[in-house]
Amino acid sequence: MSPFTRQSVSIALCALVLLAACSAPSGTSAAPADGLVLADEYEPDSLHPLLGYGVEGASRVFDGLVAHDADRRLQPALATEVPSPSADGRSWTVRLRDGVTFHDGSSFEAADVVATYRALLDPATASTETTTYSMVTGVSELDPRTVRFDLAFPYAAFGHRLTLGVLPSEALVEPGLAEKSSLTTQPIGTGPYRLAEWRKGERMVFEANDSYWGGAPQARRITVVFATDDNTRAQRMTAGEFDGTVLPPGLARTFDGRDGYTVISHRSADYRTIMLPTGNPVTGDPAIRLALNHAANRQGMIDALLRGEGEPAYTPIAPSLSDYADPSAMFAHDPNRAGQILQDAGWVPGPDGVRQRADQRAAFTLMYPASDTVRKDLAQAFASDARAVGIDVRLEGLGWEAIEPRMGADALVLGGGSPFDPDLASYALLHSSFAADGFNNPGSYVNPEVDAPLDTARRSTNPAERAQAYREFQRAYVEQPGMVFLVFLRHTYAIRGSMQEYQSRGYQEIVEPHSHGTGWGPWWNLEDWSVSP
Amino acid sequence: MTPVRAAAGAVSRGRAVLQMVGRRLVFAVPVLGLVALAVFLLGAASPFDPIYQYYGVGIFTASDADVARVRDTLNLDAPVLVQFGQWLGGLISGDLGTSRSLRQPVAEVLAERVPWSLLLTATGLALAVVLALILGVLTAWRQGGWLDRAVTASAHALEGLPSFVLALVAIAALALGLGWFPAGGLTDSGADATFGQVVRHLVLPAAVLGVSQAPWLVLHLRASLLTALAEDHVIGARSRGLAEHVVVLRHALPTALLPMVTLLGARLPELVTGAVLVEVVFSWPGIASAVVSAALDVDFPLLAAVTLLTTATVLLGALLADVAVALLDPRVRADG
Repeated sequence: MSPFTRQSVSIALCALVLLAACSAPSGTSAAPADGLVLADEYEPDSLHPLLGYGVEGASRVFDGLVAHDADRRLQPALATEVPSPSADGRSWTVRLRDGVTFHDGSSFEAADVVATYRALLDPATASTETTTYSMVTGVSELDPRTVRFDLAFPYAAFGHRLTLGVLPSEALVEPGLAEKSSLTTQPIGTGPYRLAEWRKGERMVFEANDSYWGGAPQARRITVVFATDDNTRAQRMTAGEFDGTVLPPGLARTFDGRDGYTVISHRSADYRTIMLPTGNPVTGDPAIRLALNHAANRQGMIDALLRGEGEPAYTPIAPSLSDYADPSAMFAHDPNRAGQILQDAGWVPGPDGVRQRADQRAAFTLMYPASDTVRKDLAQAFASDARAVGIDVRLEGLGWEAIEPRMGADALVLGGGSPFDPDLASYALLHSSFAADGFNNPGSYVNPEVDAPLDTARRSTNPAERAQAYREFQRAYVEQPGMVFLVFLRHTYAIRGSMQEYQSRGYQEIVEPHSHGTGWGPWWNLEDWSVSP
Repeated sequence: MTPVRAAAGAVSRGRAVLQMVGRRLVFAVPVLGLVALAVFLLGAASPFDPIYQYYGVGIFTASDADVARVRDTLNLDAPVLVQFGQWLGGLISGDLGTSRSLRQPVAEVLAERVPWSLLLTATGLALAVVLALILGVLTAWRQGGWLDRAVTASAHALEGLPSFVLALVAIAALALGLGWFPAGGLTDSGADATFGQVVRHLVLPAAVLGVSQAPWLVLHLRASLLTALAEDHVIGARSRGLAEHVVVLRHALPTALLPMVTLLGARLPELVTGAVLVEVVFSWPGIASAVVSAALDVDFPLLAAVTLLTTATVLLGALLADVAVALLDPRVRADG
């Protein structure tokens, strides 16, 4: 070899060795003992409550007037006690806590609550949450520590809506688009944590708010890293990069029995259902709808597709809502009975095994969002269950833009749900007044027997009357179903540590709503945790 | 040539190069304008609806009436030419607009993300050039040897391999398998962006980017060096008894390098698209990874700004390459 080649090759080798040496891992990066590093699957678009951040609560940076505890009951947060409605149910007066300050030092007063809710309802803000608060006609300040909400009709579940994060009035002085406000990236709230850093595309860091009215959190620093790909997230978790993360059931189960790791699984009111449009001659037929509910093998889907992490669903009310759930409102998995129902209604098997009635073949298209593997799996299982009773279901994976115009004619795998009050999910899903209103009741399900108890329960302030009405609703729905509810998902998490450790620090299990990630999960009440001993 | 005539020739050459630069810069303005218009037209023709990105999961509980009102307030249904005109007006007055998908002013997005992208692409490009120089020279010098055969074969293979495949293989083998490098991100989770952290995390993405861009440069340099080695002045140098490494490096290489400069300029678009894929796979918080989400969300302001930036970079890169060639090679006419 000539001297030059020898020289260049040896230089290259040295460089490579240096590079490898410099990058030798310095051991797993241990988080500080008084903080956590969590990995999330989605990065929030913004931290603005009026654009949907933490509207149901468990947003570290903000407080609502109330919050939910581990038993799904309302507890006062920025209010001094859980608010109750006036006699006619159309106004709610809330007394506010004293001595609370925002992260920027300004004091919390009634004006801030009024400004937040007025901005929410102002069309110029273009808030994404206006429909949820559409019953609010006015917000007014009675004195610096009292606010009154006026509603268009008596709405019993309104207390649950008061979890919306409160913003300082100084930041909402100019009416304008919420997306242009600096609050989207520099939120100012009263919450137990403040946003210390947001490196877009990578991570968010929260630091404890020492002047928090509920006491300074002992978990001083929370780092949330964004890693969208499930497999990569699981691998980085194995490599010791995170203290905890959310994973789909299959991947989470790989941490079962592994030393130093535990799998936590939370029940949820997060349902998956097959929406059957009334406008379609096949899916609109009551016999077909009833038969499909008996044909679907819900437990089979849970065992095979979700690794057991789920509960069968028959109505939008989850069993965890024990005050309201009616266990008798269910459909037995009985393909023979399904076949009999169809036969009696005139759907006779054709030459290819698919039933038909007159000239109508029992066939329809089922759409699902192409990017969601759980919905795709459930759609496939449902299609094969339907085929077993002679109904031909064609599957189509599409984007939401393509799904939306077809919702009135084709079936869709829909999701949603709330564990806090049945009205929050059920009303807009099944009441006729919401028929074909965006993604609310997209199949135009109209059933007066279902409308009546939903209305009664919405307006009554008597808990016993509401519970009775919801049971009536479930029984009426089960007699004439409009959808095929399949499962309530369980959300699974992998954590570094043991269950005893977590419980001694303050972990409490909860029933989760539809939105999840590391905002809810085992860390929903991180501000109440004590540091590990 | 007498010194006076040489000096005059140099001055007129310098002036010709300056004229070329001026011409190119003037020509760039309508090109950028057309590219921006094309971005708006393509975005308007795409099936994606920005309202879904704006609402996120909130779309599932929003009523039709509220969605229509928001569309109206956000002016989403304005004709595309009106939106283009508004954006252009803002641009002239210095306001790049607000990115809808990132909910931040576009200027802020660029300021936060462009430096990281520059770091990655500059390092990747430098690595590609170094690799090209070393391997190109070695393989041309020892043509037909084991190194030449190995490098040529693998270069042709790598040419066909998409950069994200290379990235995923690198992560699987080097980051997760051997644990030598981190699997992604700018820093370790929970760590601050210190120099050491960033360098450690830069190694793998820059290496993948460099290795994916190198094959063309290596093969091109090898081919032009082989041609240069057969030229008269090299034969002359050899016959004068100069050492082999002097002949190759001081006589043949400079001639061979000139076309490579032009090639570098022409390969800039490849570098940019390669950077997009690498940034997404490695979760590198640069501007290229924001492009994909901007396109899917039909985020006009950010999309237009990034496309303009990329086009300007490519035009500038090509211009610099041409200027370099014009200055280095007296045979080239500076009239491009």
